[in-house]
Amino acid sequence: MEIVGQLQKQYVEFSTSLYREGFLDEQFIQLQKLQDESNPDFVVEVVSIFFEDSEKLINDLATAIQQQVVDFKQVDAHVHQFKGSSSSIGANRVKNMCIALRSFCDEKNLDGCLRCLQQVKHEYFLVKNKLETLFRGISHLKENIDSFFSFLIHHFFRRKK
Amino acid sequence: MAKNGVFSRLRRFEKSEEMDDFSECLDSDEVHVLAVDDSLVDRKVIERLLKITSCKVTAVDSGRRALQFLGLDEEEASVGFDSLKVDLIITDYCMPGMTGYELLKKIKGSSTFREIPVVIMSSENVLTRIDRCLEEGAEDFIVKPVKLSDVKRLKSYMFGEGPIQRQDNKRKLQEEPSDISLTPSPSSSSSSPSSDHTMSPSQSSPSVSSPCSPRSFLSAPCSPISLDSPSRRFKTSNHD
Repeated sequence: MEIVGQLQKQYVEFSTSLYREGFLDEQFIQLQKLQDESNPDFVVEVVSIFFEDSEKLINDLATAIQQQVVDFKQVDAHVHQFKGSSSSIGANRVKNMCIALRSFCDEKNLDGCLRCLQQVKHEYFLVKNKLETLFRGISHLKENIDSFFSFLIHHFFRRKK
Repeated sequence: MAKNGVFSRLRRFEKSEEMDDFSECLDSDEVHVLAVDDSLVDRKVIERLLKITSCKVTAVDSGRRALQFLGLDEEEASVGFDSLKVDLIITDYCMPGMTGYELLKKIKGSSTFREIPVVIMSSENVLTRIDRCLEEGAEDFIVKPVKLSDVKRLKSYMFGEGPIQRQDNKRKLQEEPSDISLTPSPSSSSSSPSSDHTMSPSQSSPSVSSPCSPRSFLSAPCSPISLDSPSRRFKTSNHD
């Protein structure tokens, strides 16, 4: 059981850091509540949809912002969507960066938008990486002891940050 | 709602020959919710939130499709393909094409469907928007992201168990007028510091402190009830 204990410790430390560093917020905890025996992969499924959705949005944003004459309303519409989906899964830093990007859109500040979009992308890829690591950690733990694992996850995700 | 329930059961029996799934039409106990949201992520979440609270869900991606589902697309009188009676419509506000507000107006403008409670969801916590929706007849307004407690609360006061349950809720509301939600909300210390969330402890809708029992609330023509609560709760929000 030694290995499980070690993995658990690493996993819990990693997860805690995600909340502490603001990558994830309370909404991610809310998603865990929606996962159960009847829907054991719910969180991974939603997050996967988020990844697909986000990558499309980032492409759309890049296209919109590279136009000769930038349509800021269009850019804002995409950012609004991105803000919404990141908020819905608890991707806190991405959401906050989208809020900042919207301000630049409101000001029709192209330079600001360009720089901020880079930040949005950066935050997105960061959290994507973190979440993938998190899910890998889950699979790894799962491989070891299944029932012990469900207790750990249930215990961890019920704790506040 | 009992009156509507009987009507719908009769209608369903009449149409039962056309329906493949006979068992579904006999199950009038489950609340059927029509969820409208253009975001795939949000549709997935709201669908799960509703299913986990034992609701039947039909999720569509636009106001247009919602109207089609209801059979309200072309003409008012069209009965259309509304296989299951819809007990609640929950819709996003910001959608391309038809907004949630426009959908709300269309539903409230229909003699067939205006009795169906409509709940608006929005990520923007804007008082004028909320007021406008309530005035147009929305039952409730939920600030996104939607939580399990939001859906539970909604379901419980709209489709509450029995007279005793409602009495308890009523008493609780009268005792604690400053309470925002009926169910104890999770600790607010973990709420995000984002400037978008101006409310605490929860982002629940304004009308929850209404002293009306759920049933009478539904059958009465919708009027903006307890507007002082939204003002009280949203007074600090004056940004877009």
